Amino acid sequence: MSISGKAYIGGIYEHPTRNAVDKSLPQLHAEVAKGALDDAGLSHREVDGYFCAGDAPGLGGLSMIDYLGIQPKHIDSTETGGSSYVIHVAHAAEAIAAGKCHVALVTLAGRPRAEGGQMRGMAARPDLFPEQNFEAPYGGVVLNLYAMCAMRHMHEFGTTSEQLAWIKVAASHHAQYNPHAMLQNVVTVQEVLNSPVVADPLHRLDCCVISDGGGAVVVVSPEIAKELKRPRVKILGTGEFSKNQMGGKVDLTYTGARISGPIAFAEAGVKPADIKYASIYDSFTITVLMTLEDLGFCEKGAGGEFVADGNLISGVGKLPFNTDGGGLCNNHPGNRGGMTKVIEAVRQLRGEAHPRVQVQNCDVALAHGTGGSLGTRHGSATLIMERE
Amino acid sequence: MAERKITAPAINPETKPFWDAAAKGQLLIKKCLACGELHYYPRTICPFCHSDRTEWQTASGKGSIYSFSIMRRAAEPFAIAYVTLEEGPKVLTNIVDCAFEDIKIGKPVKLVWKQSEGGPAVPMFTLA
Ligand SMILES: [Zn+2]
Repeated sequence: MSISGKAYIGGIYEHPTRNAVDKSLPQLHAEVAKGALDDAGLSHREVDGYFCAGDAPGLGGLSMIDYLGIQPKHIDSTETGGSSYVIHVAHAAEAIAAGKCHVALVTLAGRPRAEGGQMRGMAARPDLFPEQNFEAPYGGVVLNLYAMCAMRHMHEFGTTSEQLAWIKVAASHHAQYNPHAMLQNVVTVQEVLNSPVVADPLHRLDCCVISDGGGAVVVVSPEIAKELKRPRVKILGTGEFSKNQMGGKVDLTYTGARISGPIAFAEAGVKPADIKYASIYDSFTITVLMTLEDLGFCEKGAGGEFVADGNLISGVGKLPFNTDGGGLCNNHPGNRGGMTKVIEAVRQLRGEAHPRVQVQNCDVALAHGTGGSLGTRHGSATLIMERE
Repeated sequence: MAERKITAPAINPETKPFWDAAAKGQLLIKKCLACGELHYYPRTICPFCHSDRTEWQTASGKGSIYSFSIMRRAAEPFAIAYVTLEEGPKVLTNIVDCAFEDIKIGKPVKLVWKQSEGGPAVPMFTLA
């Protein structure tokens, strides 16, 4: 069964905070839930599906359902790190298509800054992770694991630091128009290259920001979408995959988007050339470059050329990306960027992005999430949507 | 330069043979008797064919660098790497006892052991 056209994005909300010292974590979830329901013009009483991931405090959503005072008949707490929320939108569409719910609420919130950089979530017993004995001794963290992907990509394909820098430059061009963005200054390729190397070959400005905040999405059935007063954004296709070390046959040159992308494009009945705007998970510049290759926007190995010379800048290049400034410049709430990828894609389809970055005639858009680590194991999720 | 503190493995019944061999300086990988594939990190059930007929095999300790990164932001910078073992599987590890600028993709490496904090010595590699 295809879910194409069987669910719509009813409401979206991105929390404006970037430093939530004065708010609790459940409070942030409630504020984004209220924001997205208000945007849709729906009440929390109409929510009959709830989706959350490891950032939600409590037991897989049970605590949040209680706290929010909602009574969902469909609950899903799929956890794939930062890509969870892209998968949640897909699973919500599936549940709606199957008649299990009609108004599905997805929430994300986090306050890593307020908590002094501490990561929270489901990793309560890292000593029980299956890979712990063979990875924990070696000091692998998100930064140096992604850096190894960049190192190998450079080795195999001749990708350069200058090309990676263009991704940050493009994000910064967009962030200058976002008053909530953490980094609002336009940067140059040279400024990225001049920032300190934090894990070879990645510079500090190849990395995303660390921020508090959150976001929510409301996914609704076609019948409910017709009653809402917002522009209608239809879900065309979705795909997901989890790539890992494959028992030791490690290949750091590609991502799970190689699998999730074609599944989503096939279901949507569109091609990469049909995508007018793309939200691409940007934990690091290399994440964007590899994902664009794997989604088929260019050949494998040609990502460096594709992203250079402003090709990702709205109004300048062929593929406008992350027009809110993305994780690289705007925010990365709770160290999880999938939610904001969906939200900005919906803004673009509604024509509600900032006028300086709004893509003209934006009828088909893509949002892609990457959670976990490209260097070990990660969850990829692709979502394609259409303005109706 | 101060040495980075190495997190100890939390040894469990499935991994104990690996660490018993490690105490004798042997790096073990797993071989599947059903499909013939070698795998790492080691499991009881083969991740390729799901046979439970897997046995430990001692690796030569020779390999080459598949990729690496110098973690410069750490208090004590260190080199993380994937090493392609002579036998085939790639292992996540550290490259130690050499200058960072000498570490390159493709360079041959050999096994060394480094003491973890409150645990056993763990397998790492140095330039051969
Ligand atoms: Zn097997």
